[in-house]
Amino acid sequence: MTKTAMAMTTTQARVAASLRRRYAAEMRFRAYGILAICIGLAFVAFLFTSIISKGYTSFQQTYIALDIDYSAELIDPEGTRAAQTLQAADYEAVIKASLKEQFPEVEGRASLRHLYGMISNAGEQLLRDRVVAKPSLIGTHERVWLLADDHVDTFFKGQIDRKLPESDRPISDEEIVWVDQWKAQHRAELRFNTAFFTTGDSREPEQAGVAGALAGSALTLLVTLLLSFPIGVAAAIYLEEFAPRNVWTDIIEVNINNLAAVPSIVFGLLGLAMFIQFFGMPRSAPLVGGLVLSLMTLPTIIIAGRASLKAVPPSIREAALGMGASRVQMVAHHVLPLALPGMLTGTIIGMARALGESAPLLMIGMVAFIVDVPHSLSDPSTVLPVQIYLWARSPERAFVERTSGAIMVLLGFLLVMNAVAVILRNRFERRWS
Amino acid sequence: MTIEQHQHVTNVARDVVFNESDHSRPGEQVDTKTVGQVTVEAPVITARHVNVHYSEKHAIKDVSIDVARNSVIAFIGPSGCGKSTFLRCINRMNDTIPNAKVSGSIQLDGIDIYDRSQDIVQLRARVGMVFQKPNPFPKSIYENVAYGPRIHGLAGNRADLDEIVQTSLRKAGLWEEVKDRLDNPGTGLSGGQQQRLCIARAIAVDPEVILMDEPCSALDPIATAKVEDLIDELRENYAIVIVTHSMQQAARVSQRTAYFHLGDLIEVGPTEQIFTNPRHKLTEDYITGRFG
Repeated sequence: MTKTAMAMTTTQARVAASLRRRYAAEMRFRAYGILAICIGLAFVAFLFTSIISKGYTSFQQTYIALDIDYSAELIDPEGTRAAQTLQAADYEAVIKASLKEQFPEVEGRASLRHLYGMISNAGEQLLRDRVVAKPSLIGTHERVWLLADDHVDTFFKGQIDRKLPESDRPISDEEIVWVDQWKAQHRAELRFNTAFFTTGDSREPEQAGVAGALAGSALTLLVTLLLSFPIGVAAAIYLEEFAPRNVWTDIIEVNINNLAAVPSIVFGLLGLAMFIQFFGMPRSAPLVGGLVLSLMTLPTIIIAGRASLKAVPPSIREAALGMGASRVQMVAHHVLPLALPGMLTGTIIGMARALGESAPLLMIGMVAFIVDVPHSLSDPSTVLPVQIYLWARSPERAFVERTSGAIMVLLGFLLVMNAVAVILRNRFERRWS
Repeated sequence: MTIEQHQHVTNVARDVVFNESDHSRPGEQVDTKTVGQVTVEAPVITARHVNVHYSEKHAIKDVSIDVARNSVIAFIGPSGCGKSTFLRCINRMNDTIPNAKVSGSIQLDGIDIYDRSQDIVQLRARVGMVFQKPNPFPKSIYENVAYGPRIHGLAGNRADLDEIVQTSLRKAGLWEEVKDRLDNPGTGLSGGQQQRLCIARAIAVDPEVILMDEPCSALDPIATAKVEDLIDELRENYAIVIVTHSMQQAARVSQRTAYFHLGDLIEVGPTEQIFTNPRHKLTEDYITGRFG
């Protein structure tokens, strides 16, 4: 064996020894990575199971069939059939009469109060609407499915243990008897809870819906998107492509980076002081919410936009300039289309953060109890995260499932928003060599 | 080469080597240290005493040279000698680099391109450029070629534009290869085809001068041969300035050659003479492969 061959073998032995260490390190690294992902997935799975298992019941609601007697004496004793009379009539009495008729044995103030409390007061409005729309109903009988009160609903969904002592549960023994009786007669059933998606907030859990918060979130985010995307993209383009590199642009850059890290509640205070107190904009309005969230989202979009502009290869810029394109043409025709997917990613992140934000909106009054679904940018409204916060604070058992239901709606909103952005991004995405 | 001249060139200290002043144009005396003939008859580009500074670095030192019409001039020299920098001065691409300062005068058809009144967009329409790495736009082949005519408003209608695209691709020798897939992305072509597409893109606006910055350095020998043939054909209509690291390429495609060294323009002359009979010691060293 020659000297070089000897040297070769020792070198190779050393390499072999180091190889084992290298492979071990690589395996370890992979194991850490897989472990980290598994932990993350486990948390997500836990979160989703917990939310969905608590929240899916909010998409169903208990309805009870009552034989309603549209008696003329109660609704329109004078027989005029005037719209005003029909509007003002005491439909609560109609429902009570129907209940009394079904359970004639019930006596005593307390028991009657229990009996009448089984049906949600939304029932009166339902009957009123039916009679006003069709006055010929008066004097007839009809079986109507009416919304049950929240404690009946909670019990019917099996969320209250009937073995608990009566004083520890929100539903009394006699009420349980009535519910069981209805159930046996197929007069009580769970139906899809359309009201949850079409009505605003309510003090009565069985009538509370997310429509107001959903519309508020949509309007607020619309304002945020319309303001922060164009301004953010324009600012990123100016800073990256046109602005000279000097002390001023350095200061601006540092400030933008700092703004991205400012706690959101500070933006809320700024919005309160500037938009509401100085400019006199309405409180609790999606317009102001959108402005505040724009302030918060802008730095994210600008930073992401600049990063994606930086990632466009300089050869594309040279090619465009070399062809005699002006700087604006260079940016508009070549650089921006290539940078847009990255900018959209930044916008998704910013908008997702804005959607989940509640602290700054508390400062501008979007935490108020608002029943009406907002229809314009200046209508008072609330947003989904604030609605979740409000319901989570409410003592009624029925709000627990609604809280989780609202979280599911929020996640669904987020998913739709991201899906749209991803589709848009894929559409714009182009490859360069 | 006379003995006297030989003594001149063996003296490496350049400031001792004065221009021999064998200018063919009477009346035009260029005060330069460059050896050989910097001027030509009826030049398209006339550069005089051009200096370029990047912050502290003096990248181009007092360079004076003419570029002739309908011919190819090659800039050769070791890396970092300033040949690309000088090339980029001719269509003001150095404007995009912060801290780059250009002084002296460069005239295109007798008009100073660094004059305030010179529009940079117009200049670049007249002085096209092909880059080292093929850089087609991430758009279709058609759109790549049509881009220049479109932004400069050269085509009145779609038919005119089609005509320009076809002519340019034909001139670039690419038409036969791509005519059936003009809508395919330009970035999907092979490296050599991409470079010819870039040349087609440059000639679509019918420039007077085409600058080429090492156009074949990223190409294989076959693609290089095609591009070189193309350069030879394009010479009929355009003045071409090519920067190259390959001396064989310079010898093959160019009529004149300029040798740059550390920001100085050392020697300019007919290509044949530069490669067979260099008059400056530095040129000779570079040509014969003693450094660079």
